[in-house]
This record gives sequence, structure tokens and C-alpha cells, in this order.
Amino acid sequence: MTSSGNAIVAVEALRRTFEDPGGGVIAAVDDLSMMVRTGQLTALVGPDGAGKTTLMRMFAGLLGPDSGSLRVLGIDVTADPQSVQDRISYMPQRFGLYEDLSVQENLTLYADLHGVPQDQRRERFSRMLEMTDLTRFTGRPAGKLSGGMKQKLGLACTLVRSPDLLLLDEPSVGVDPLSRRDLWTIVQQLVDEEHLSVIVSTAYMDEAERCAQVFVMNRGKLLAEGAPESLRTRAHGLTFTAVPPGGTPARELQARLIDAPELIIDAVPVGGNVRFIRRPEADPVRLSDLLRGARCEARREELEDAFMMLLQQHHEQETESPATPSPAIAVAMPRTAGGGDKPVIIVRDLVRTFGDFTAVASTSFDVARGEIFGLLGPNGAGKTTTFRMLCGLLPATSGRLQVAGRNLRTAGAQARARIGYVSQRFALYGNLTVRNNLEFFGGAYGLRGKALKARVEASLAQFGLDASAKSGLLPAGYKQRLAMATGLLHEPDILFLDEPTSGIDPLARRAFWRTITALAKSGVTIIVTTHFMEEAEYCDRIAIQDAGQMLALGTPTEVREQAAEAAGDMNSAFIAIVERGRARREAQGAAT
Amino acid sequence: MQSLVSYLARTLALVRKELLALLTDPSSRVLLFTPALMQSLLFGYGATYDLTYAPYAVLNQSPGVAATELLARIDGTGVFKRVATLTGSNQIAGVIESGDALLAITIPPNFEARLASGQQVPLQVVLDGRNSSTAGLAAAYVSSIVASFNASRGTTPSLTIVRRAWFNPNLESRWNLMPPLIASLSMIQTLMLAALSVAREREQGTFDQLLVTPLTPLQILIGKALPSILVGLIQSTIIFLIIRFWFEIPINGSVGLLYLGLFMFTVASVGIGLSISALSLTMQQAMLYTFMLVMPLMLLSGQLTPVGNMPAILQVATYANPLRFGIDVVRRVYLEGAGLSEVAFDFVPMLAVSAMTVPLAAWLFRNRLA
Repeated sequence: MTSSGNAIVAVEALRRTFEDPGGGVIAAVDDLSMMVRTGQLTALVGPDGAGKTTLMRMFAGLLGPDSGSLRVLGIDVTADPQSVQDRISYMPQRFGLYEDLSVQENLTLYADLHGVPQDQRRERFSRMLEMTDLTRFTGRPAGKLSGGMKQKLGLACTLVRSPDLLLLDEPSVGVDPLSRRDLWTIVQQLVDEEHLSVIVSTAYMDEAERCAQVFVMNRGKLLAEGAPESLRTRAHGLTFTAVPPGGTPARELQARLIDAPELIIDAVPVGGNVRFIRRPEADPVRLSDLLRGARCEARREELEDAFMMLLQQHHEQETESPATPSPAIAVAMPRTAGGGDKPVIIVRDLVRTFGDFTAVASTSFDVARGEIFGLLGPNGAGKTTTFRMLCGLLPATSGRLQVAGRNLRTAGAQARARIGYVSQRFALYGNLTVRNNLEFFGGAYGLRGKALKARVEASLAQFGLDASAKSGLLPAGYKQRLAMATGLLHEPDILFLDEPTSGIDPLARRAFWRTITALAKSGVTIIVTTHFMEEAEYCDRIAIQDAGQMLALGTPTEVREQAAEAAGDMNSAFIAIVERGRARREAQGAAT
Repeated sequence: MQSLVSYLARTLALVRKELLALLTDPSSRVLLFTPALMQSLLFGYGATYDLTYAPYAVLNQSPGVAATELLARIDGTGVFKRVATLTGSNQIAGVIESGDALLAITIPPNFEARLASGQQVPLQVVLDGRNSSTAGLAAAYVSSIVASFNASRGTTPSLTIVRRAWFNPNLESRWNLMPPLIASLSMIQTLMLAALSVAREREQGTFDQLLVTPLTPLQILIGKALPSILVGLIQSTIIFLIIRFWFEIPINGSVGLLYLGLFMFTVASVGIGLSISALSLTMQQAMLYTFMLVMPLMLLSGQLTPVGNMPAILQVATYANPLRFGIDVVRRVYLEGAGLSEVAFDFVPMLAVSAMTVPLAAWLFRNRLA
């Protein structure tokens, strides 16, 4: 550690507690000490609820600590928050853009608020607009920008003046891979050219990998710190890639591995293979039994591996049991046979227009029974529109849409009876109890009497839910479980999941996907949208959309092959395909 | 048969959920019923046109027996209270302008003499016309006192009026103002409740979850409308009971007919509320629309000012206002004891409003783009 003279943020035994809705006390930041160096990019990584936002807000002087000392830019923040705030810029998760004001007006407003002198503005504005590629849109109302562009505008507004320290709180949440890359290019440029000190909190390991220093947090505690290269070595010698025997989906092998927490720390499907981390003490004989002859190669460890190890270890220390991906849900639901290999979803020439804007242009695809089908695309690409049409929330402008053997346009109610839906944010009645919610949705799906009672009890047991708890006060992970329980209560043929894993931590995400793969195995068809490209690896097939057009459709491997030269991981394959699609459209636009 | 049972059971599940959502939260439970209670008590005690206190000033330029007797009669009403005794007519402007006195009575210098000789004497009364209705009432009181004063002196006028006010024998303004509250006070709440019901679900994201269930728009409509109608009728009942038993205003008509009218009226209000709700994307929008609507509905209802006094074009506009007919039914059944045949016409505009707004709301549920 360098001398404290070089530290832009120095934290000593910092603690901050909150009262939780249930009446107890939660330590969001618990006895934390750290030192952040000047002039470099520093990452705070950790799952949801790790205390990253609380820490950021304390750095910015927006929240006082309960105890401990905190110096930012050499100033005691608690004693003099204003002089710290005069020299830093803070971009909260949801930046306060004025939606009805134009891009330029938003910039001017923030320049006024920060008292940026008139003579500096011209140069600063044009630099910010150029960096964020928003020059073309200066007259557009901020509310009409896509999610990614809003985030870039938020960053531009934060940077209307040159701060000594930039705090970014999860700038890439809910942002598609392309906008995410653009955001990071801007940040990198600022660090390189202006030697700006930046602290960024993130849940993405590839983002943390770009930083000079990484702090890993969980439940208010600092688990580890160091450069990505040194953190990574914690997983050294434990990381492998297993190749599933010919033809079997990677997720089956992945499910088997992740179900054996005494041997395996983590397993994820990647590119048709399974990457896993074994426990240091795992018995090699039992491990090879578990792999059942799947070919296994050592691979280079990554930051993600170390991160998963740290989280898993911390979880075990706190609960004295491994974070098993709730095996209760693996109990397969009996599916009614029939239907054979007929597709359960048939989409032909689907079109949706809003005025003269075409959100979805002539899209066709089928989804087979028991398939996991992923819809991917940048913000504003039309995937949400397609998704909403598939589950009957939005009428199609034209085209054929058949779901579970019924035409969605003429027999909507019957088709809807066969589907389950889990929305992106918690969309159940928060002031009702868990049981009330389940009973209502069961009733709405036509269950009553004994059948309803039996299904509600079964769901409560299956998802480990407390029937009398108020739904709105459940922790995020349990809310997600309740949403799943509700979506599955009437044993649907098809389950629609709209960005189901945004905002839940990596361990919970593993458990969630374990449930999904088990469901698919029992014959439920899954349609899922996601921003996490690595989650596309769990899908049988994925579709990538941009500007309403279907750019790619196939198995994850096929899609990666389509991206050819950039075939490394799903993220770069996605970016390559979307960019190629955009270049082609621009070429066509220029030709006409 | 089976499918009908299933249809009703699904709808009932929604009704049950709506009621649970309304009643499980203690704060919303309080909000449902206390405003009706408080407002009707406030209206009962606070809102009255009856004159009970009138400060006055007097300029007596003819001290004598007759003047003293007249002033004694005025003071004896218990309504008029002498606040100033003036010595010159130049002081009148001061006491009226300052609002110290509502009226100033001037007894002319030759009052006593002219009365004794059997001549007519003018009595000057200066009134504060800034509040025209109170001033008018005070003037009427004074003239009736003068009339009885004349009678006691044996000067009988050739023409007298004998008043019999039907339906409200003592012409108490409370009788006139309170029964319409059974409709109007509950309307504000039902309108708001219905307007927030769908908007709240849209804002909190639960409406999508509701729309993906096999519930049809009609079922959602029934499920959303029934609880609001129920709450509306319960509020009307609270107000009705307060008026009937606390303020003891007797009801002349049939309670059954009163409730039939209230039901029709509440359905129309809920229809308007649900249309607002289906149009709004957020609760804030729904609230704004509701506030925007409540004022004209109240003004054009005939509760405070008679519809017959309005310009012709506004009178036509009142046909779209269910509150006008709701109030009419309540007033007529309550005070006048009107039967079904007499108020049947009032049902037509209310039914027309329901027939427009209820299907509109159902259509908007699915077709309003978020």
C-alpha cells in the first residue's frame, strides 16, 4: 500500500447501518477500511446489497457514517461535505435527467447548477457531446433517448465541469453491451487524457478487469482487494473447461456440476462447454465420477472465477453451508404428453408499428416444446415489443402469432391461460401477503377450491416461501422466487421471463438458472430476454434483434460462428453482429 | 354451466383481491371512511345560509318611546346585536367599511312626531352588500320586524302574505344542503378510488401481470368496478345515517328507491373514474384528471346554485353530469317523497353516461399503449 499522501479516498473502520422494513438493523457498510489511489480507475465490485451504493453516497457526502473516519481528497467528509462536493462529480444509478428538456438544455442546466463559467462551456460541451456521440441529438428531448444514450447523457451532465474525483454508481446497469462499451471508452479516455481519478461500482467482471485496483465487497464487508491480475491468482489451478459428450447440451452437464457443491464452487455453460471451478480439497476420484467421462481441460483463471470463489467462501463463513442452487425446485413437474414435436410458438411475418415507426419488422420463428429461447438485442431494438406481443400484452399490427396451439389474436384468453409471465421488476401486489398473491393469481387462472389450495401449498413449499409475509417487504431474491411461483402456479406450457436476473447477485442467478434448466427438462418452454450475454449460453436457441430486424437466430454456437472473427465470447459476438447489421443498414440507406 | 361458474369464480378472485388490497392497509382503511364522516359533520355544522348573528349600528336622531320600542324589538330577536351607537351620519361609512356592522339603521329626527300624527316615516337601513345573501336576509328580517311593529300600532296593511314552505317547513338551509351530500361527497371518493385503481397497477407494473392472465377486459372491468361501487354505497350510507339520525332530517320517500338511484349514480361515477384510470399512465395523472373534473361536476350539479339559473348552454352541459341527476333523485326522494315514476327521467342521463364510460374503460385496458 502506498503512503496516504497519494490516497484520494481514505476509509478507516467505516460503519453505516439502516433499519430494515422488518424492524431489525442491517449494516450496509460494516467496519470497512480501504485506501483508493489518485489518478487511476478503481472498481467496487460485489453483488446487490453489498453496500456499494451506500459507500459511494458516503464518499459524496450525501450520507453520514455511524462511526469511523472517511477522508476524500484529504478532507473529512463528515465535517465538511460541501468542500468535497465542490470538487467531485457523482453519477447515481438513476441519474436525474429532465426528460422534457433537450440534450443541450440538460447540459446547460447542469452547467448552470455547477456554476461552470460561460467561456469554458463551449469547449466542454462540444467535447462531451463528441465523446458521447450525442452531437446529432442535441435537440432531442432526453426522455426520447434510448436507455444507453440516456446513461451517456447522464455521464456528460456529470462531467460538465472537470472534477478531481468521479464517482460512478453502477453506470452500466440495464445498459446493452454496445452502450456499455461506449460508456467505458469514455471513462477510459478521461483517465488516460485528464488523469482523472474514477471510482466505479459494477456487477460486471469484465468491467472490473479494466481497473487498476479492485475492491470486492459482500454484505457490507471488504472481502479482498488488489489489482485484477493478483486477485485472479486466487483461483489458480482450480479452473477447468469440461466438454460435454457429443450432442448433449452444455447446460445438462452444468446442472450436474452445480448440484455438487461439495466438489464444485461454480459452473457455467460457455460456448457449448462448461467452465467450472473445483474446490481445492475436492476428491479427484469423485470429481471424475461426476464428470462421467466428459473431457476436461485446465484453463486460465479469470477475475470472475476469483470473484465467485470469494463470494462462495464468504457465504459459507456466514451461513456455514454452501450456497446450493435450491434443489427443491429441481422436482420435475409432470407434463401432459401430447403435441409431440410440434412447435408451441409459431411466429410468422410479425409486424408492429407505432405511428410511422416500425418497432418490429416482419419477424418469423418457431419455438419447440421444452426449448429455452433467448431474445437478445440492444436497448430499443424491438425485443421488448416482440416479447410483449408474444405474451399477449401488445396487439400485433399484422402477422400470425400462435401460442400453445391457439391464435393469440382470436383466442387470446385461452392462449394466455397456457402461459406464465415473470416481469422484469417485481410486479406483484406489495401490500398483500405471499398467500394472498398466490391465491389471487391462482384464481385468475381458474384454479379454485381444493385444487387451488393444493397448488398454493405446493408452491410455498417448493420455493421456500413464508405464506404470511408481506410481499413488498421480501428481500429481492425472495421477491424473485415469489414471482416465479406465481408464474408457475397454473403449470403453464410456456414461461415468459423478462430480464429476470437483472439486479440479483451472481449466486442467486446460478440458482435461478438451475430452476429454469430443470423446468425446461420437464417440458416447459421458456422464452427469456436478458442483458447478460453469458446467460444466453443457457439457451437452446437465441435470436438477436436490432432496429426491429432479426439479425441472428440459432444455437449460441451457431450465432457465435455467424460472428466469425469475433467468436470469442457471447458479448463480442453480440456486438459484432449488431454492428454489422447497422453498417449494412447504413449502406442500404446511403444507396437509396 | 361449468364455464359460467369458472367465469364467475375468476372474476370473484379479482374482486376479492381488490377488496383485500383496499382493506389490509390500515391507512387506506381509515381514508375510506373517515372523510365521509368528517365532511358530513362539517357540512352539517359549518355550511348554513341561516342568519344567526347580525351586528348592527344605530344612529338614533329621535330619542323617544317609539324609537326605543323599535330598537327593543330588533335586539329582542337574538339575531341582531348592536355593536355601535352613532352620533352622526358621517360615521355610517366607517362602521360598514370596517365590517364591524352588517347594517346601520338610521332613525330620522322627526320619527316620534310624525308617527304620533299618523304620518309615514322612512327608516333608513344601510347594508353591507359585499355579502349579498346575508345582507338580503338581514334586510328581510328587519322588514318583518318593522311589519310587526306596524301591526302592534294598529296600522294594518291592506295585503298580507301567509307563508307555507313545503318539504322544509322552517326553511332551514341544512335541509336543503345536506341530503345532496349523500351523492356528492361519496362521488369524490368513488371517483378517486376508481381513477387510481388501474393507474396504480400501471405505475407499479402489476397491470401487465394482470393482463397476461386469462381474465378478459370485461372480467377486469367487473373486478375493478364492484369494489369501488361497494365503497361508494357504503360511504353514501354513512352520510345518510348521519343526516337522518344525527341531524334528524326526516326522509319522506322510500329508502329502496333512494338506493336504486344511488346505485345508478355510483355506477356512472365509477365508469368515469375507470375511464380516467385507463387513460392515465401514472397515479399523478389520474389524480390531476380527477381534480380537474370534480370542480365542474360540483358546480354544474345544482347542489349549491339552481341549474335553472344557469345560461342555456351550461344547462345543456349538465345532462352529461351524473351528479346533477344523482342529487335530483336524492333531494326529491328524500325531501319530497317522490315515487319511481316521478324520478324515472333522472335515470336516463345517468344510464347514458354509464353506457359510454364503462365500455370505454374496458376497451382502454387493453388498447391504451403504455
